Amino acid sequence: MKHVLWLVLKRALASVVTILVISLIIFIGVELLPGDVAETVLGQSATPETVKAFRKELKLDLPPHVRYFTWLKDFVQGDFGNSLANGRPVFGLITWRFANTLFLAATAAAIAVPLAVILGILAALYRNSLFDNAISTTTLSFISFPEFFIAYILIGVFSVQFNVFPSLAAISPRMNFGEKLYTILLPALTLTAIVTAHMMRQTRAAIINVLASAYIEMAELKGIRRLRIIVQHAFPNALSPVINVIAVNLAYLVVGVVIVEVVFVYPGLGQLLVDSVSKRDIPVVQASGLIFAATYVTLNLLADILSMLSNPRLRKTH
Amino acid sequence: MTKLLEIKDLYIEGWSEERWQTIVNGVSLELNRGEVLGLIGESGAGKSTIGLAAMGYTRNGCRLASGSIKLEGQELFGASSQFLRSIRGTQIAYVAQSAAASFNPAHRVIKQYTEAPVLKGLMSQKEAERKAVEIYERLFLPTPEKIGWRYPHELSGGQLQRAMVAMSMSCQPDIIVFDEPTTALDVTTQIEVLASIKEITEKMNKAALYITHDLAVVAQVSHRIMVLRYGDTVEAGETRELLKEPKEQYTRDLLSVRSLREEKVETEKDKIILEIKDVDATYTGREKVLQDINVNVRRGRTVALVGESGSGKSTLAKVITGLLPAVRGSITFLGQELHPELRKRSKEDLRKLQMIYQMPDTALNPRHRIRTVLGRPLQFYFGMNGKEAEDKIKELLDKIELAPDKYIDRFSTELSGGEKQRVCIARALAAEPELIICDEVTSALDQLVAEGILALLQDLQNELQVSYLFITHDLATVKAISDKIVIMLNGRIVEQGGKQEILTPPHHEYTDKLLASVPEMDPDWLDHLLAERASTFI
Repeated sequence: MKHVLWLVLKRALASVVTILVISLIIFIGVELLPGDVAETVLGQSATPETVKAFRKELKLDLPPHVRYFTWLKDFVQGDFGNSLANGRPVFGLITWRFANTLFLAATAAAIAVPLAVILGILAALYRNSLFDNAISTTTLSFISFPEFFIAYILIGVFSVQFNVFPSLAAISPRMNFGEKLYTILLPALTLTAIVTAHMMRQTRAAIINVLASAYIEMAELKGIRRLRIIVQHAFPNALSPVINVIAVNLAYLVVGVVIVEVVFVYPGLGQLLVDSVSKRDIPVVQASGLIFAATYVTLNLLADILSMLSNPRLRKTH
Repeated sequence: MTKLLEIKDLYIEGWSEERWQTIVNGVSLELNRGEVLGLIGESGAGKSTIGLAAMGYTRNGCRLASGSIKLEGQELFGASSQFLRSIRGTQIAYVAQSAAASFNPAHRVIKQYTEAPVLKGLMSQKEAERKAVEIYERLFLPTPEKIGWRYPHELSGGQLQRAMVAMSMSCQPDIIVFDEPTTALDVTTQIEVLASIKEITEKMNKAALYITHDLAVVAQVSHRIMVLRYGDTVEAGETRELLKEPKEQYTRDLLSVRSLREEKVETEKDKIILEIKDVDATYTGREKVLQDINVNVRRGRTVALVGESGSGKSTLAKVITGLLPAVRGSITFLGQELHPELRKRSKEDLRKLQMIYQMPDTALNPRHRIRTVLGRPLQFYFGMNGKEAEDKIKELLDKIELAPDKYIDRFSTELSGGEKQRVCIARALAAEPELIICDEVTSALDQLVAEGILALLQDLQNELQVSYLFITHDLATVKAISDKIVIMLNGRIVEQGGKQEILTPPHHEYTDKLLASVPEMDPDWLDHLLAERASTFI
């Protein structure tokens, strides 16, 4: 057990280093953006004196490494700075939207992950049958379409044609859980359509890979039913690759949903990020970027730990 | 009375080279209650295929073509998968070659025992667990009341194999198919598993099909023997009769004891070419896997390095070749000390010390033609190209008894196992080495093919005066080829000396155990040995 703790600790440390490196890259990336922040914010009519004063106020006159460490220090303490666009604290601006993004991602995941795993298991069970081919073709077609296309098709069918779900996922803090769920069902379904194929194909491939093992033949010669062989004997040994692909897709659900948020006018973090980049609202961009990065790294860390725990060889060492 | 198992005119086909090819050719056999039938043959004989067919099962890419398989009067040929499921495990059970691969790594050993009887409603989980412990005890597993709750990777190879024999008994089947159950084990471990199998077949009166390539092993456990080759029955008969008076030449070939070669007695005149002195090695930096190793190899001689898996014999090869630098001691080769690390050795050192591996399949690049495989060392060490290299390659192919014109443009995938190993030998010879390290070079090969390889190595030594360091766990090979024997246990040398000296008593205690564990053709050998060991225990 000590051994496993050590492994987990090492991974966690590596993750912290990764996040630090990403924070540096984000910072440098923002530095490299063309143009001057103060001039952009104040507009072309600003006098050199006001620009200079504004730069000083933003501490832009300090050398970059000093600004980087100050930013990092404040960020860790929960002080994300103030928005340049409206002067409000970035923290408050981001938290509500990030919670929305997480809510949408969690809803999509709650539909997509079980669906993908079950479909993957069934596809492996009826390998090369009509059913298998049908699932593969359907799910693969869904990822082949651009996200906005699926989104508009869903809107076209469910909002315009039958008028059962709203086309705008404009949730507000006053809604209760059920209302929220109802409001975001279409974007959640869009996301589900996009991520299911990937996870389902990986589950199918991992199980089929394991099916070639001697212990599967042994189970078959013990007279055990095919479904049980796949669920009890093959699936636990296929977990590691499945967990990894699920993590990557969950990360995508959080980080990569910008287009879907825009289509459904959903108040999530992705949309805020896009807006802020065009407005050159540096503190918001940096904070959102770092939060996305941290989410991504954390999910991967979680996947690593889970797949380690799913392997008895690593879980229990003498 | 209906026979327990009756197979008639069974034809099985396998899909290869884009068509169905017959792999079992009209085989018939019978098995009575309480009887053990040994199926023996080399790889490709179809013995495993027949064993699985007895359960109504074929591997992917194979199919039952025609014939009849009757288990207690019920026809399995063409039976529904539901019916086959109902007899598998309960009426006929299977013990596979590699227990390590055949136990599911994700579940505890006992869960895999209880799975079938509980699912089939024969007993409750608790009852099944109690039964499991009982049978673990009968099969001499250590701490039987606890061992089942471990994961497969926490058991040794021999323990796992016995746990699998126990598992086959979980639903009280009438027949057990043993498919090479001891092939992957060391000789001393093999005895334990054989004892377990005897316990089941004799004391519990189960019928069995015992599949193996080793006649000496099958002689210990079976009442009758059936010899198979290329999917045909060569001959069948009572064990004792068949061993005493084989009718067919092929059986006689399998039976013939490998001819013992006269030991070339070492004299001071023979130059020492490799001197290993006080060598220690470690993988982790803490535990030593090799300790105080002292071995000399003389010119034109063969030193056999013997030990069970984990004894450190292959590690020693890694130390000599520099893959694992020694942490202490020195290795002197041709009068000069070798640098411990491979990277820092000269090309000449590399050239004079060559290696041949256990698995010729993985040691040859499947995308290279034989011309490239053999041309590469010629070019690397001697800068040979074009016509000169071509002539040399042909000469090498002549030496390993493969017709140059026929083989030079083939890919290694187009060769048989024995031919591949010959090419590996030629590749080593291409460098004109002084010493060749042979790491289990015959253990992946069939008996008759292996003998061919050993004879070839012998001829080459006589002709070229090359020395061999022969790493093996197979004592028959040792007897056949060595001049000097070094016996290793737990990373140390327990005994070394000339072949006669080591093989004639008195032996070191461990050498004794090792030698006594090699099965002999005598059908009573195992009983005597077990009786003897039992009496010394008490």
